[in-house]
Amino acid sequence: MSKREGRISGINGNMITVNFDDFVLQNEVAYALTGDEHLKSEVIRVRGKKAELQVYEGTEGLKVGDKVEFSGELLVVELGPGLLTQVYDGLQNPLPLVAEKCGFFLKRGVYLSALSDTEEWEFTPAIEAGASVKAGDVLGTVPEGIFKHSIMVPFAMRDEYKVVKVAKEGSYTIKETIAEVKDSKGEIQKITMVQSWPVKIPITAYTEKLKPAEPIITKVRIIDTLVPIAKGGTYCIPGPFGAGKTVLQQLTSRHAEVDIVIIAACGERAGEVVETLREFPELTDPRTGKSLMERTIIICNTSSMPVAARESSVYTAVTLAEYYRQMGLNVLLLPDSTSRWAQAMREMSGRLEEIPGEEAFPAYLESRIASFYERAGVVRLNNGKIGSITIGGTISPAGGNFEEPVTQATLKVVGAFLGLSRERSDARKYPSIDPLDSWSKYKSCVDEKQVEYARKILIRSTEVGQMMKVVGEEGTSLDDFIDYLKGQFVDEVYLQQNAFDEVDGATPAERQRYVFNVLHYILEAKFQFENKEETRHFFQQLRQDFRNWNSDPWQSAEFKKREDLLKSKIEESTGRIKG
Amino acid sequence: MQKVYSKILQIVGDVITVEAEGIGNQELAEVTTSRGKTLAQVIRLDENKVYLQVFAGSRGVSTGDKIRFLGHRMRVSFSDNLMGRIFDGSGMPRDNGPSLAENLIEIGGPSVNPAKRIIPKRMVRTGIPMIDVFNSLVISQKLPIFSIAGEPYNEVLARIAMQAEVDVIILGGLGLKYDDFLYFRDTLEEHGALSNSIFFVHTASDPTVECVMVPDMCLTVAEQLAINGKDVLVLLSDMTNFADSLKEIAITMEQIPSNRGYPGDLYSQLAVRYEKAVDFSDAGSITILAVTTMPGDDVTHPVPDNTGYITEGQLYLRNGRIEPFGSLSRLKQQVNAKTREDHRTVMDTMIQLYSDFNGAKEKLAMGFETTGWDKKLLKYGEMFEERMMSLKVNMPLEKALDLGWEIMAECFEPEETGIKTEMVEKFWPKKEAETREVEEEVEQEGPTTVEELGSLENNFEGK
Repeated sequence: MSKREGRISGINGNMITVNFDDFVLQNEVAYALTGDEHLKSEVIRVRGKKAELQVYEGTEGLKVGDKVEFSGELLVVELGPGLLTQVYDGLQNPLPLVAEKCGFFLKRGVYLSALSDTEEWEFTPAIEAGASVKAGDVLGTVPEGIFKHSIMVPFAMRDEYKVVKVAKEGSYTIKETIAEVKDSKGEIQKITMVQSWPVKIPITAYTEKLKPAEPIITKVRIIDTLVPIAKGGTYCIPGPFGAGKTVLQQLTSRHAEVDIVIIAACGERAGEVVETLREFPELTDPRTGKSLMERTIIICNTSSMPVAARESSVYTAVTLAEYYRQMGLNVLLLPDSTSRWAQAMREMSGRLEEIPGEEAFPAYLESRIASFYERAGVVRLNNGKIGSITIGGTISPAGGNFEEPVTQATLKVVGAFLGLSRERSDARKYPSIDPLDSWSKYKSCVDEKQVEYARKILIRSTEVGQMMKVVGEEGTSLDDFIDYLKGQFVDEVYLQQNAFDEVDGATPAERQRYVFNVLHYILEAKFQFENKEETRHFFQQLRQDFRNWNSDPWQSAEFKKREDLLKSKIEESTGRIKG
Repeated sequence: MQKVYSKILQIVGDVITVEAEGIGNQELAEVTTSRGKTLAQVIRLDENKVYLQVFAGSRGVSTGDKIRFLGHRMRVSFSDNLMGRIFDGSGMPRDNGPSLAENLIEIGGPSVNPAKRIIPKRMVRTGIPMIDVFNSLVISQKLPIFSIAGEPYNEVLARIAMQAEVDVIILGGLGLKYDDFLYFRDTLEEHGALSNSIFFVHTASDPTVECVMVPDMCLTVAEQLAINGKDVLVLLSDMTNFADSLKEIAITMEQIPSNRGYPGDLYSQLAVRYEKAVDFSDAGSITILAVTTMPGDDVTHPVPDNTGYITEGQLYLRNGRIEPFGSLSRLKQQVNAKTREDHRTVMDTMIQLYSDFNGAKEKLAMGFETTGWDKKLLKYGEMFEERMMSLKVNMPLEKALDLGWEIMAECFEPEETGIKTEMVEKFWPKKEAETREVEEEVEQEGPTTVEELGSLENNFEGK
């Protein structure tokens, strides 16, 4: 079969126009040939006998008349054992291997296979000859780090099949056949441990989609208590630069109680990925005792890497997430940042000379963002197991202004909004999530009534604070002043957290419930102080004690001791509680 | 053999269109006009129409002028002969030296593989306390100075260049005023640093297109030096001019602007340059210090805004001082734990107190009552501004830390600062003795109760 070919007739940035004779598929992958380099590209528009392609590489040196080969395949990723711990670029190129081959720089046109052909995996069959199977059904398992990796009937096989043969227990590479199945027409199909799937199409080999109900504990108090996130849910973190988006993502990727974390560093700083890359192998996951890297995949298409590959990197990441979800695992996907992905779309749209929407973003921005976040969710699989994908994307709004297209389009489709504020980060109040502007539709891990009460206090405190700016402290009543300090207190001892403190940096759910209960007691107390000086002094002391308490290991002797001290101080003051 | 084309179809802005065949994207061409020869670069191909961006500008280009394609992209010569030399934006000598043609390297090469980077751990000492103490600069950092016209940002750059212990300094001038160029040259010469410096200077009077080349020229040379094990400091002033040049070209090419006329790929364009800052796993490094002037002192303007998302922090230079608020070095945590044990304490406490000082100052301005505590803060703030923030101050980090303790001791009691007791015992200077040997005075007035620190009162606006 001869390959379909075309010839370049125009080059504009990373977009090429190609004349073809035969036919082309929308979104099929093609290669532009220049010298001995093959540059991967994707068809994004067809008009008459001209196709427009975005090139996933730099286009320098390409010439009008250069040959283009069409592959007939959409952009796919390889799915199989060995994905965990890997560091890929947006096209699933393993970066450490590329470094071995090409040295310091990313050479264009180098595409290495994502999974090792030679590594052997211990296969254990889970099914017998004669059974009938369909896409997504488990044929057997191999151990991959801490997980049992299911080998499934490829999702692209849409028929009902009879198992003819399953490989015996033993070591196999991903290219060896581990099962043979017969389709309804009686044709035999061979199945290996690796399959490919087009990244822009969701995997739907499950029976039903469920409502996200169970919270994910991130150990960040302000999130878990005030603006919780849920397994299978979605959330976004918009914030101006320097507000701590990436730090928050890094913390979540470390502490979140999920099985697998996929970090999609999309168009951000390389240095930040390097931190994750170098530190994760050294850190242990408290839940498994193994290195954090064993549950992590990094998709790394940083800001200086080709823009078109940046656009596909979030799809690559979510497809890998779907693959592991199909095994009944809980996956957390952290794209940082979705604004860069949107900008990549904008760049392409501009080259295509499409009629621009707001801020020159394309008109389909909203639908693309919506369909991306919709790939999250809790699903019941064919075998009854439950798997989930949670997506938490950061947004980098221009000028830190949330009234911009990407933030607004995202807010429509997510279940929680964790807005970071410049005021808070300037005042070094971390995490700088705004407690009043942010919202979540998911269930908190602490008592909802108590949370509501605390929220009221926070609102009241802000009001008084605003008023005090005008009338000064001397013009504020003592009761208002107490409310003001209570709100400050909640913020300072609970919502703010020191990420560099080993204990305070990560608060388990149980501890949050326990501590919040004590906090609630303080908030409810009706104090009767003589004057503002005394009130301030009392809260300052209490704050110091509470903060120290936050740094005591959970359930340790010091924790108990400090708790008793705190309680006695509160009791002392409750001696003066009215009525 | 290179063909010469002479059919110019169109001249729009600095972009000319010629009919030619077999031309590669981004290839260079030489245009011979009545004013002399100039280089031009292919920026778009459409069938047999070739769009060229003319470096010297299209003024005076005739439709009958000759264009010769060179068959390669923009290149820069890399050898030891570069040291101490001064070039313009198209790589031509600006000093009286010979032009260089050996070991030519195409500029704007591919991105560094993230797997080849390491976490930076080395501090760059600048002698400016506002940087060393509060926002330490780190090898391989990319850090812009956000400022406005009229501020002494070039002086700050020159000072840092002089003090930093790096192997090579590369200055990229973008729309630099001629005076400022002379200032850089003379200052470096005075300090004997010119011989390990390389200049690529585009001055305000040079053609716009050349401005776009400067960062790539500088960074390509820097990259070659870094691969050869050198620590390189690249100074770029002013990157806003770079962005404006991009805007001009984009508009000429009838690209749809995204925000205030800037092209939609401004972020990527800036990132490709800034991301060249690197600490290689087994070679040298590139550190980038850039100036970004903010039009209208507005940080939400597309240029500083996009820059802030790319760089590892920023320094605000305002009223001749580096602002403690807003200024941020994202990499400081990597180094400031290992300088001296009191570094982080001094850094956090002094900023916290300075923030409280601002609260007190505001209170005073609004006409509210000031307490005794407010008065202490006011005294502290003034001392801090004068003795530490002023750009006149030049001292090593250790001296600056000692000075910090001194200032705090002159204004406050130890327990008012909220500093941990053990730190106070070790570093708090004795009142009567004016000695600097703080390490000697281990014992002090016994442990102070942490509970008593009625000081850390949060200012009301949170700013």
